[in-house]
Amino acid sequence: MVDVNVLVSLVPLLPLLGFLTIALNVKRLSHGVVTSIACGTVLMSFLISFVLFFNLLNSPEGQRSINVVLFDWIKTGNFSATISFLIDPLSIVMLLIITGVGFLIHVYSVGYMHDDAAFNRFFSYLNLFIFFMLILVMGSNYLLMFVGWEGVGLCSYLLIGFWFKNQDYMNAANKAFIMNRIGDLGLILGVILIFVQFGSVQYADVFAQVGETAEGSQMLTLITILLFVGAIGKSAQIPLYTWLPDAMAGPTPVSALIHAATMVTAGIYMVARNNILYSLSPVSLNLVLVIGLVTALFAATIALAQNDIKKVLAYSTVSQLGLMFVALGVGAYSSGIFHMATHAFFKALLFLAAGSVIHGMQGEQDIRKMGGLKKYLPVTYLTFFIGVLAISGIPPFAGFFSKDEILEKVFESNPLVWGVALLASLLTVFYMFRVLFLTFFGKTRASEGMIHHIHESPRSMTVPLLILAVLSAVGGFMGEPESLFGTDRIGKFLNPVFGQSAQLLQQETLNNSTEYALMGTVVVLTLVMIGWAYNRYITKQHVPVEEGMVLGSLHRLVYRKYFVDELYQTVIVKPLYWISRMFFDVIERSGIDRLVNLLGSNVGRASKVMRLLQNGNIGFYIFIMVISIILLLAANTIMK
Amino acid sequence: MLTAFLIFWPLIAALAIFAFRPRDAKIPAFIASVVELVASLIVAFQFINNDIIQFSLNLPWITSIGINFSVGMDGISLLLVLLTTVLVPFIILSSSSTVSEKPHSFYGLILMMQMALVGVFTALDGFLFYLFWEMALIPIYFICLMWGGNGRGRITLKFFIYTLAGSLFMLAGLVYLYFLTTGTHSFDIQALYQAGRSLPPAEQGILFWAFFIAFAIKMPVFPFHTWQPDTYTVAPAQGTMLLSSIMLKMGIYGLIRWLVPLVPLGVQEWGFTAIVLSVIGIVYASCIAIVQKDIKRLVAFSSIAHVGLISAGLLTLNKIGIQGAMIQMLSHGIIVFALFYIIEIISERAKTRVISELGGIRNVAPTLATVFMIVMLGSIALPFTSGFVGEFLLINSLFQYQMYLGIFGALTTILGAVYMLRTFQRTMAGETNKVTATFIDLTTQEKLVLYPVVVMILLIGIYPTPLLAISEPAVNNILMILSDFTTSVK
Repeated sequence: MVDVNVLVSLVPLLPLLGFLTIALNVKRLSHGVVTSIACGTVLMSFLISFVLFFNLLNSPEGQRSINVVLFDWIKTGNFSATISFLIDPLSIVMLLIITGVGFLIHVYSVGYMHDDAAFNRFFSYLNLFIFFMLILVMGSNYLLMFVGWEGVGLCSYLLIGFWFKNQDYMNAANKAFIMNRIGDLGLILGVILIFVQFGSVQYADVFAQVGETAEGSQMLTLITILLFVGAIGKSAQIPLYTWLPDAMAGPTPVSALIHAATMVTAGIYMVARNNILYSLSPVSLNLVLVIGLVTALFAATIALAQNDIKKVLAYSTVSQLGLMFVALGVGAYSSGIFHMATHAFFKALLFLAAGSVIHGMQGEQDIRKMGGLKKYLPVTYLTFFIGVLAISGIPPFAGFFSKDEILEKVFESNPLVWGVALLASLLTVFYMFRVLFLTFFGKTRASEGMIHHIHESPRSMTVPLLILAVLSAVGGFMGEPESLFGTDRIGKFLNPVFGQSAQLLQQETLNNSTEYALMGTVVVLTLVMIGWAYNRYITKQHVPVEEGMVLGSLHRLVYRKYFVDELYQTVIVKPLYWISRMFFDVIERSGIDRLVNLLGSNVGRASKVMRLLQNGNIGFYIFIMVISIILLLAANTIMK
Repeated sequence: MLTAFLIFWPLIAALAIFAFRPRDAKIPAFIASVVELVASLIVAFQFINNDIIQFSLNLPWITSIGINFSVGMDGISLLLVLLTTVLVPFIILSSSSTVSEKPHSFYGLILMMQMALVGVFTALDGFLFYLFWEMALIPIYFICLMWGGNGRGRITLKFFIYTLAGSLFMLAGLVYLYFLTTGTHSFDIQALYQAGRSLPPAEQGILFWAFFIAFAIKMPVFPFHTWQPDTYTVAPAQGTMLLSSIMLKMGIYGLIRWLVPLVPLGVQEWGFTAIVLSVIGIVYASCIAIVQKDIKRLVAFSSIAHVGLISAGLLTLNKIGIQGAMIQMLSHGIIVFALFYIIEIISERAKTRVISELGGIRNVAPTLATVFMIVMLGSIALPFTSGFVGEFLLINSLFQYQMYLGIFGALTTILGAVYMLRTFQRTMAGETNKVTATFIDLTTQEKLVLYPVVVMILLIGIYPTPLLAISEPAVNNILMILSDFTTSVK
C-alpha cells in the first residue's frame, strides 16, 4: 500500500508534470504523445482521487480528513504559510469533479482542437489549469488557496486569449484577468485580516479559534465581506460578472471546463470552506444571499434575448452560480455544493454539446442561423436535450434534485426569496428550451453550402458527451432527499464540514406535505414554461430578428445587456485614463518636474550673482572680512 | 578578507581592463564578474544565519579623524551583495557586441560600479559608506553620458546634480553626527548610532529628512523621482539595468542600515509622512505607467510604483514588512533586469520602443513572448513568482500599519495588471506588422541570460524561505535595537 501522503501529493503533481513536460517540449512532441500525457495525468489524478474518496468514505465520520504537509513556503517572523494539503469531504467532492469532468473535457478537446496548430500549447495550458485548480481546493491554508485562485485566473487569461492573433479575444482575456484581480484584492486583504485576527492562515487554526469570536463581530463581518469580494470576481456575480460572457472568446472546451464546471465555482467552494465564519456573520450571509439572488434573476433575463449559443450558456452559468450563492446565503451549504456538482455535469455537457454544434457548423455560433439540426447531429442533439432537461429541473434528471433542494431550503428561510429564485429558475427553463428549439428543431436556416458540411463530431467528442449525459441524467440521485425515498447521501457525506454551521443556524424543517406541494408547484410551472417556449418557437416558428433591426425598448435593454459594459466604460475605464493623463501631463510635467528644473536654474542664476563677489580685488575681500567680523561680534554681544 | 576581496577585485579587474585595453573587453570583464560571483557564493555558503556581522575587516585608515576601513556583512548586506554579484555577470553578458565605442571603458566602468555597490552594502564606517555612495555615481554617470540615447547630455547632468545634491544632505548629517560621537570622534557605525539615538526628537527629525531625502532621491520615492524616467529611458540598456536592478537598492539599504537605527525617534515622528509619500507614489506612478507610449519609460514608472511599496512596507518597521522589503529588493532587481533586457532585445530588432508600432511578436518569436509573459507575471506578483512573496509581505505589513494605506497601496496589483497586460497585448499579440514581421526569436546568448533569470523568478517564488532566513536575524537585530531604545526612552 502506497503511503497516503504520496497519493495526496500526486494528485496535483501529476498535472503539473504533464504541463512541464508538454510546455518544455512544445515543438518536439507529437499530438499523440501530448494527448496521452495530458489526458493520462488527469485520469491518474482522477483515479487517485477516487481511491482517496473511498478511503474517506470508509473512515468514521469524525476522522474524515487527511493532512499532508510538504514544506514551509513563506516563513518569517510570526507569519508562516506551508505547502500543505487537506483532503476532507468538501475537497474530495471538488477533486472528483475537477479531475473527472476535467478528464472528459481533455478527451473531448483532442477531437475539438484536432486541427489547431497550437494543439500542444492548448494542452499544456489545460494541464496547468487542472494543477492550479487542485491547489485551490486542496490547499490547507488561505494563502495556498490564493495561489490556486490566481493561478486558475492566469490559465483562464491564457486560454481566453488562446487565439492571440485576434485582439478582440485578447481584450476579453485582459478584461477577465483585471476584473478577477479586483476580486483577488478583496480576497487577499481578507486573508491578511484573518492573519491579523487569528495569527495564522491555516484553516485548522482559524476554524478552531473562530468559535471564540462573538457572533456578528465587526471584524468577522469585514473578513467575510472581503473574502466574498473575491468570490464575486471569480464566480462572476454582480457587479463583477461582465468578464464571463466575454470569456466565451476562448475555445469551447475551455468554456466548459473553466467557465462553467470548475473555476467559476471557486467562489462557492471558498464560501463553503469558510462556512463557520459566514454562519457567525449574519450580515455577510445576507449579502451573499442578496447578491446571489439579484444575479440569478438579472443574468437569466439577459439570457432570454441572446442569440449566440455560448453567450446564452454563459449568462445561464452566471445565473446558476447566483442560485448556488442563494443556497449558501440561507446557510444551506451542502445544497449549494450539491447543485455545484450537478451543474458541473449538465453545464459542461451543454457547453460541449454546443461546441459539437459549432464544430459541425464550421464555427457558427448564432442560433438564428441554425435550426433543424437534430437530423444532422443526432448524438449532439440527444445529449444537449438531456442537458436541457437537467438544467430545467425535470424529474428525475440531476438538476431537479439539487434545484429543488435549494428552493425548499430557501422557502424555509423566506418565501419571498423563494419566489424570486423560482422566477429565475423558470426563466432558465424558457431560455434553455428556446435555444434547444431554435437550434435543433424546425426547418434549418443554415445556407445550402453549410448543410452539406454539417457533420456529427468524432467519437473522442461524442463519448465524453454521452458520459456527461448519463451523469446529468442520474447524478441527482447522490442527493436524493428522504421525502423522495432517498437518504441525501451527499449531504450526509459533507456533514463533517458543515455540521458546526448547521448547529449554529438551526432551522425548522418543512413537513413532507409542504415539501410535496412546493415540488409540485415548481414542476407544473416548469412544464408551463416549456409549453410556452414550444408554442412560440415550434408552433409559431418565431425566429429572433436579424442584427440591426429596430427593437422595442425593453427588448433592446435586455438584448444590450442593460448597457452595463457601457456603464463601466464611462464610469471606470475612461476616468482612469483621464486621471492618468492628468497625472502625467499636469502634475508630473507641468508640476513637479518644472519645479525641480526651476530650482536648478535658479541655483544657477544665484551662483552667477555670487560669482560677482569673487572679483579678485583683495581690497574688496578685506573690506568684506572686516565688516563680517564686526557683525559677528555685534551679534555675539546682542545674543548674550 | 573575503569582503575586501569582493570590494577590490572588480576594481583591480577594471583597472586592468583600462590599462591593457583588450580588443574584446567583454570576455575578461565577464570572467572577472564570474570570479566575483564565485567568491560571493563561497561567502554565502560559509555564512552562518545569526545576527553577528561576519567576514568583517577593520583597518585603521585616517586615524586622526576616526575613519576606519571597516567592512563586514550581516544577512541584509549579504543578500544585497549577492544580488549585485549575481546580476553583474548577466548585465555584462546581456550587452550586445555592438558597444563599438571604447568597449574597454564601458566594461571597466561596469566593474567599477560593482566595486562601489558592494562597498555601499558592506561599509560599516559612515565616511566609507559615503565614499562608496558617491563613487557609485561616477561610473554610471559616464556610462549614461557616453553610451546613452538622444538628449543624454542634459538628462544625465540633471540626474547627476539631483542625486549629488541629495547626498550632500546626508553628508551634512553624517558630519553633524560625527561631532556628537563620544570620546575621540569616530565615523564608526555603532558610534554614530549612539550619537544619533541620544539626540532629542526634534533634532532626530531634522536628521531624518537629511538622510531620507538622499535615499528617497536614489530609489526614487515620490516626489523626488522626476530624474528617473528620463534617465532610465535615455541610458544604455546596461546602464538602466545597473540603475534599476541594483543602484536603487542603495537607497532602500540606506533606509534600513543608516536611517532607522540611527534616528529612531525621527522615524517615529516622520515615518508616517514618508510612508504616505511612498504610497502616493505607488498609485501615481502606476497610473502614469498606463498612459506611456514608450515601453522603456513605462517600465521606469512601474519601477517607481514597486519601489514605493518597498519603502512604505519597510518603514512600517514591522518585521514582516522589512523582510518583505528584503525579498522584494531581490525580486525587483531580477525582474526589472529581465524587463529592460527584453525591451532592449525588442528595440534592437524593431528599431522602436513605441508600443503602438509593435505587435504580433508572439507569432514570430514565441520563446521571447513566453519569457516576457513569465517575467511580466513576476512583475504583477502572481503567486509562485518571486514578486508575490515580497508584495504579499509588504502589503500585509502596510495593511497592519494602517488599513486604508494598505488598501490604497495594494491597488498596485490591479493597476500593474492593467498596464502590463496591455503592454503584452499590444506588443506580443495580434498580427505582425512591417516592423515585427522579420523579428527573430531569442538567440542562444539571449537565452543564456534569460532562462536562468526565469528560473530564479520561479525558484524564489516557490521556495523563498532560505533567503528569508538569511536576513531574518539581522532584521531582528535592528528591530531589537529599536524596541530597546523606545522602551528605554519611555
